[in-house]
Amino acid sequence: MSNGNMNLTLKVWRQKNAQTAGKFVTYKAENISPDMSFLEMLDVVNESLTLKGDEPINFDHDCREGICGMCSLYINGHPHGPKRGITTCQLHMRTFHDGETITIEPWRAAAFPIVKDLAVDRAAFDRIQQAGGYVSVNTGGVPDGNAIAIPKVIADEAFNSATCIGCGACVAACKNASAMLFVSAKITQLGLLPQGQPERYRRAQSMVAQMDEEGFGNCTNTGACEAECPKEIKLTNIARMNNDYLSAKLFREEEIHEEQHG
Amino acid sequence: MSEFKQTFNSSLGKKLIMALTGLFLCTFLIVHLGGNLLLFSKDNGFGFNVYANFLTHFPPIEVVAYILYLAILVHALYAIILTIKNRKARPVGYAVQAKSDATWSSKNMGLLGSILFVFLVIHMGDFWFKYKYTNEVNFKEYRTDLATGQTTESTYTPAAADFSHSVSTENNVEIVRVKDLHARVVKTFSNIWYVLIYVIAMGALSFHLLHGFQSAFRTAGWVHRKYTPIVYGIGCWVFAVIIPLGFAAMPVYYYFVNRG
Repeated sequence: MSNGNMNLTLKVWRQKNAQTAGKFVTYKAENISPDMSFLEMLDVVNESLTLKGDEPINFDHDCREGICGMCSLYINGHPHGPKRGITTCQLHMRTFHDGETITIEPWRAAAFPIVKDLAVDRAAFDRIQQAGGYVSVNTGGVPDGNAIAIPKVIADEAFNSATCIGCGACVAACKNASAMLFVSAKITQLGLLPQGQPERYRRAQSMVAQMDEEGFGNCTNTGACEAECPKEIKLTNIARMNNDYLSAKLFREEEIHEEQHG
Repeated sequence: MSEFKQTFNSSLGKKLIMALTGLFLCTFLIVHLGGNLLLFSKDNGFGFNVYANFLTHFPPIEVVAYILYLAILVHALYAIILTIKNRKARPVGYAVQAKSDATWSSKNMGLLGSILFVFLVIHMGDFWFKYKYTNEVNFKEYRTDLATGQTTESTYTPAAADFSHSVSTENNVEIVRVKDLHARVVKTFSNIWYVLIYVIAMGALSFHLLHGFQSAFRTAGWVHRKYTPIVYGIGCWVFAVIIPLGFAAMPVYYYFVNRG
């Protein structure tokens, strides 16, 4: 095409809701600018579907600048598409070539039931977070900035873990649909810092208990999550979580009560 | 639910059981290979037969052996439990799955483990079971002249049915009568199919440990910038190269070089 625009074939998973069976439907995406993001391409397709009176493809999105963790999509066998370290909204159509067939699937996990088409319910992550992914702070005077010294290497590690946006790509990529990269990033981000210490061992126990309750799979350390994570969260987080959880369970006095969550 | 029960029923608790039983089995491999290196000594199986006799008649080793069998079963059982849970976690699979960074061995631990389990059944049936519970393994008598150090051997037919072994000295000649497991080794490894099964199984062992050894450390939470590279090095060179090669060399050696 003279203007460099592309024509693509999309194989999109369409499913009315969690109760009905879904199937792949093939659509043509025509005259797509290579400078569009993947979500903008879907907007164009939806525009034409709406004009034809068809139901538009349902997909999750929000900030469209790679920070909210709302967009998902399993594109040609990769969560967030084939490029590394980016979310679907940051994926440009120039990654694909004219005439290519693109298969788009929702995240597949029992703990992420399909809401509609490509959108899945990731509330399981919220419940895990609510189980202990916080630091309790008493109200009072504003503490001085930098009053508590934190070694730079620790601050950096904690910040790296804190970049997790909770999109669920780790679960989608894992052959076991395990949520351990997500949960471990949340546990590590707080557990490394002084402010997170008082609740460190309770946190590890409650968040892991909630994770198990949600029905995610078990990590086999394949590292598929690390490779697909848009924020490049490291597998080392999982080892840290294991360490916190197992020392909490086997060597610490803190206990959590089953009725606390779930 | 008691706290320990709760711990070992959790995902991380079950994984810890996999990791610890796996590492225990790894330590066994070192001992097993070390002892079996006696198969390479050209003494008509004297050293090996005495060693096999020691393993089966020294009570502390027998206790460890039963812990070992238990570890194998627990490792396999928990693998099945975790795999079922993992399958349930993704009831609907993907239509398209791209090649991922995950290593082949890490994604096929179940397959590799199943090969190893089948191998263990064959292997223990060949040697352990026949040695301990049947009369298929004959006895051998080694006579060592203590003055010259010369050893001669002959077959020995025990008078009593429950004879296990004996060591005695007559006229400055040491007489050792033990079950001749070495002959069983020679016989088994003269069959090319057994040799192939053993070599393939050791290939599976190599890939299983290439992932398994370092993964066990991760699961136990033992990851450190300074020590993890050492763990990877040991997992790769010792457990995925030297040990499987050492074991695989035995059937190959007996088939091609030492035919008894």
